[in-house]
Amino acid sequence: MTRWLLPAAVLAVLIALPHGLKSYGIYLLSLWAVYAMAAMGLNLTLGYAGQVSLAQAAFLGIGAYVSALLTVNGVSFWLALPLAGLVCFAVGILLGFPALRVQHHYLAFVTLGFNALVFLVLRNEEWLTGGTYGVEGIPRPSLLGLPTQSPIGFYYLSLGFLVVLSFALYALLRSPWGRAFAALRENPTRAESLGVDIRAYTLLAFAIGSGVGGLAGAFYAPLVEFIDPTPFDLGTSLALLLMVVVGGSGYFAGPFLGAALVMLLPEWLRFSESLYLLLYALLVMVLMATCPSGLLGLWAQARERLSRRRPPPPVLETRT
Amino acid sequence: MAEFVQLLVSGLATGAIYALAAMGFTLLWQTSQTINFAQGEFVMLPAFIMLSAIKLFGLPLYAAFGVSLLVSALLLGFGFKRLLVDPMIRHGVLPLVIATIALGIFLKEGVKLVYGAEALPFPEALPQGIWRFASVSVTVNDIGVLLLVFAMVLALQGFLSRTTTGRAMQAVAQNPDTARILGIDVPRMITYTFLVNAALVSVAALLITPVYLAKFDNGESIGLIAFIAAIVGGFNQIRGALVGGLLIGVIDNLSGAYISAAYREAFPLLLLIAVILFRPQGLLGRAEERRV
Repeated sequence: MTRWLLPAAVLAVLIALPHGLKSYGIYLLSLWAVYAMAAMGLNLTLGYAGQVSLAQAAFLGIGAYVSALLTVNGVSFWLALPLAGLVCFAVGILLGFPALRVQHHYLAFVTLGFNALVFLVLRNEEWLTGGTYGVEGIPRPSLLGLPTQSPIGFYYLSLGFLVVLSFALYALLRSPWGRAFAALRENPTRAESLGVDIRAYTLLAFAIGSGVGGLAGAFYAPLVEFIDPTPFDLGTSLALLLMVVVGGSGYFAGPFLGAALVMLLPEWLRFSESLYLLLYALLVMVLMATCPSGLLGLWAQARERLSRRRPPPPVLETRT
Repeated sequence: MAEFVQLLVSGLATGAIYALAAMGFTLLWQTSQTINFAQGEFVMLPAFIMLSAIKLFGLPLYAAFGVSLLVSALLLGFGFKRLLVDPMIRHGVLPLVIATIALGIFLKEGVKLVYGAEALPFPEALPQGIWRFASVSVTVNDIGVLLLVFAMVLALQGFLSRTTTGRAMQAVAQNPDTARILGIDVPRMITYTFLVNAALVSVAALLITPVYLAKFDNGESIGLIAFIAAIVGGFNQIRGALVGGLLIGVIDNLSGAYISAAYREAFPLLLLIAVILFRPQGLLGRAEERRV
């Protein structure tokens, strides 16, 4: 039971936190919840299936536009949400199926091109997406008659969904299917010899990860209430990748920590004004040089050094 | 027809410059498994080094180019390898990918801080003027760029296939372990490829900056196109990078003029995806060129 102690404590803090914050702080927290969802999806692709996807922002965008366009036209958010996830899951299958025929870094390249393409379509197809003018007046959903118009209401809604999603993915990873995955990551040759269909598992992981990105997007749209193509460019995909890696790819809690750090760091560095991106980039390079397995990897190493009896942390080398 | 030929020639010329960056990109990947996401910024930076040399010391452009070659070799060649690639590469490809992305942001923001966000004029590297053949007119600059790049590619190919050092570099690219057993100084050969890359991006900067002007965020588009060119041509072939660069340059120009200006940037991307799906080893690549 002790392993639930820390998550429960963190959750308690997350529930209590917004009461001491102004609305910008609550907005940042909600944004964190959304990015943590998207990063969690990417962690499935990267940390568990060992494939680099540079299109998570595109899936976030597709999900956001699906949810925005449907809800603006009167469709319930609770119908738009699963649709956003399903559309991204289907696109993930279509994109991943041919790309994963060839192993290694090719999914990274295909997804990089895909993200740039999605950005262009969002910008150019004005009849559908409003182009650079975007979609505005995205309504916030209500849950069981409770409106989420207030910042804090929507924050609790996003946090609640984040918790539900975490449980779902946790259960998924603990299922036989998820365990086949761990086997895949630790030793692909052995896993294959034991009858694990590497390609099918990797494809499913990528598609589910993309679908989760779509779900995150469905929350992003009502959170900001106005969307245009800018937040879904390649830069955001790289930021999401950074969140997973900084937190510790392949660790379940990695995306939560990584999303918090990647989002908060620019806020903390704001004192340095024009220098902040410079410092940010420098910090990332130092972090990658000193602990490439991310913060949780560093923590696991430290813990292992303290008590030699524990089994070593999982091998985190990502096959690309 | 005249317009078509003009677009073709100018597309080839821009493509040839992209090819330089793409070749460097390919070389780094081949010898050291470095996927350099900062390659675009590597082309952006030498332009500002040249501008500084011109402004601070009153040097003529070609002397400034010499300075930029040296500084690039030191910073983008030697420094990049020593400070970023060497400590990180043993952890696998991914941390280094993230680190080069960060390096790209670092260079971009650094240049913005020092030189500001405005596009600065850059002196022409090649003679200007227009040649007319019947109804077709091509710029002397485009022809000069093409000749210069072809000369450089031939020289590089010659160096790699005729000299002992070049052949040792190729051996490292094909199989580092065997190369080591044969007594090749592998780390030194890898350093050489980083130096060659530094030289290639310097030349690319010299040729492309008069067109795009010197601006801190030039690297974004150059980097993406170099990357696409490298993969389209064949990730393990220098000739491939050349063909990829030329092809992208031409496709970009022609599709922008004849198909859709709004989707101009999309065509190289579509080509990228098509190549990966149908010919993953690239147009000129061979499937088992490199051991995994």
